[in-house]
Amino acid sequence: MKMLRFLFLLAVSGLLAACVGPQLRGTGDLGLIIERASGQVTLINTSSRQPYARIDGLGDLSHASVVYSRDARYAYVFGRDGGLSKIDLLEARIVKRIIQSGNAIGGSISQDGRIVVAQNYTPGGIKAFDAETLELLSEVPAEYAPGKFSKVVGLADAPGNKFAYALFDGGEIWVSDFSNPRQPTTQRFPAGSQPYDGLITPDGRHFLAGLFGEDGIAMLDLWQPEKGARKILENYGRGEQKLPVFKMPHLRGWSVAQGKAYLPAIGRHEVLVVDVATWQEVGRIAVRGQPVFVMARPDGRQVWVNFAFPDYAKVDVIDTLSGKITQELAPGKGILHMEFTPRGEQVWLSARDDNKVVIYNTGNFAQVGEIAVNSPSGIFFTHRAGRIGF
Amino acid sequence: MALAEPTATRQKELVRMVRQDCGSCHGMTLQGGLGPALLPAALKDKPAEGLAATIYYGRPGTPMPPWQQFLSEAEAAWIVDKLISEFPQ
Ligand code: HEC
Repeated sequence: MKMLRFLFLLAVSGLLAACVGPQLRGTGDLGLIIERASGQVTLINTSSRQPYARIDGLGDLSHASVVYSRDARYAYVFGRDGGLSKIDLLEARIVKRIIQSGNAIGGSISQDGRIVVAQNYTPGGIKAFDAETLELLSEVPAEYAPGKFSKVVGLADAPGNKFAYALFDGGEIWVSDFSNPRQPTTQRFPAGSQPYDGLITPDGRHFLAGLFGEDGIAMLDLWQPEKGARKILENYGRGEQKLPVFKMPHLRGWSVAQGKAYLPAIGRHEVLVVDVATWQEVGRIAVRGQPVFVMARPDGRQVWVNFAFPDYAKVDVIDTLSGKITQELAPGKGILHMEFTPRGEQVWLSARDDNKVVIYNTGNFAQVGEIAVNSPSGIFFTHRAGRIGF
Repeated sequence: MALAEPTATRQKELVRMVRQDCGSCHGMTLQGGLGPALLPAALKDKPAEGLAATIYYGRPGTPMPPWQQFLSEAEAAWIVDKLISEFPQ
């Protein structure tokens, strides 16, 4: 690890040999890959398609997720064990690390970039930290009934330094306003049975919570919260017996293309297509398993879909113009996550059981690279820094 | 009930499956996630047959799915036995 980092620094400083003082570099083509089994992250460069450093000592990273500071220099890594680590991508080191809860599931960063919020399973609720120092600012326990705390899912940043999230056990959507970071105020909205994840639309207007306990998705219009959450895609399962779900779909990663949203069905091997002007279902596309991530290429021409166990060696690509699957890929074993380069010419896929990340050209579907990593899961590039909901 | 031990190779597969695939809900270290913790302290007062049935048949109305396509009842019982004592790495 030291060696890699040394080589990287050497290479960069070589370029700037004539200059004195610290070398200068942007972060727009950097990112990191979570190595879930070993508590490490590998830092990568999407221009060279190479790793440049590895950092360890990050704890239990199964299901870890990452958000970026608004200058896209620092990554905040939320670990399963409640660890929150702030990593400097340029110096390739941990700047600060705290254990903020017993069991966490992810986090978000505020619109102004000053507050990092973690969402926790136990004790259920959210906690706000100063993005600079990771000092605890405030917390909102998810106590939906006296003495009853819910697991929190689907945390998303909303305009106005607000955060929207859903309560799995409480069946509600909550919106907490951190205008005063030390004294947040929270609004509650009944949503439906067992929300399992959530997302916010790229314009920051609609928060959607996928429901596990019933067919449908709860939607809250944050421009008109007084109208409450309403249900869309109700009864998409048509009352048919659900197929078993061996892994919960993820909604963050959101796909809108040509005015349509592509969402994973639950308990059905289908991607649901919704018109985002009317929120009516306009189609569904049969795929080869229970979808987990349904992600649009940045230009919206393609939607890539990966699957839950036991179908996680497959990836389907939907062409949004024809509404049909045009590629059935087999990129590796245990495909857990996908990430597009900022403008979408490549997609990186983590193949957990092959201990590698594979890189595809999205124009011709040729594999153009491969990186050896230990049990990779999430892949996160810095262009997330500037996007609502990432 | 005398447990028919799965073969060594199969044991490896089952351990891997529990850590990786059950881990997506219960955590790779089994400390809990969307599903509850599966550590000895959490399970010790629960009847083993009930836990094995949960694994084999799932729990309708909750996200706990049935695993009967992928393992036998004896294997579910073996997993519970390991969970209650100390689950292999
Ligand atoms: C999709 C998510 C999910 C997956 C994957 C999953 N579980 Fe569960 N499991 C749950 C949930 C949720 C519960 C709690 C059910 C309830 O509310 O009663 C549970 C309950 C259990 C229980 C009962 C625990 C208790 O305290 O009563 C056992 C044992 C268990 N799971 C084992 C497993 C094993 C072994 C696997 C893998 C072969 C697995 N689970 C995979 C979600 C999951």
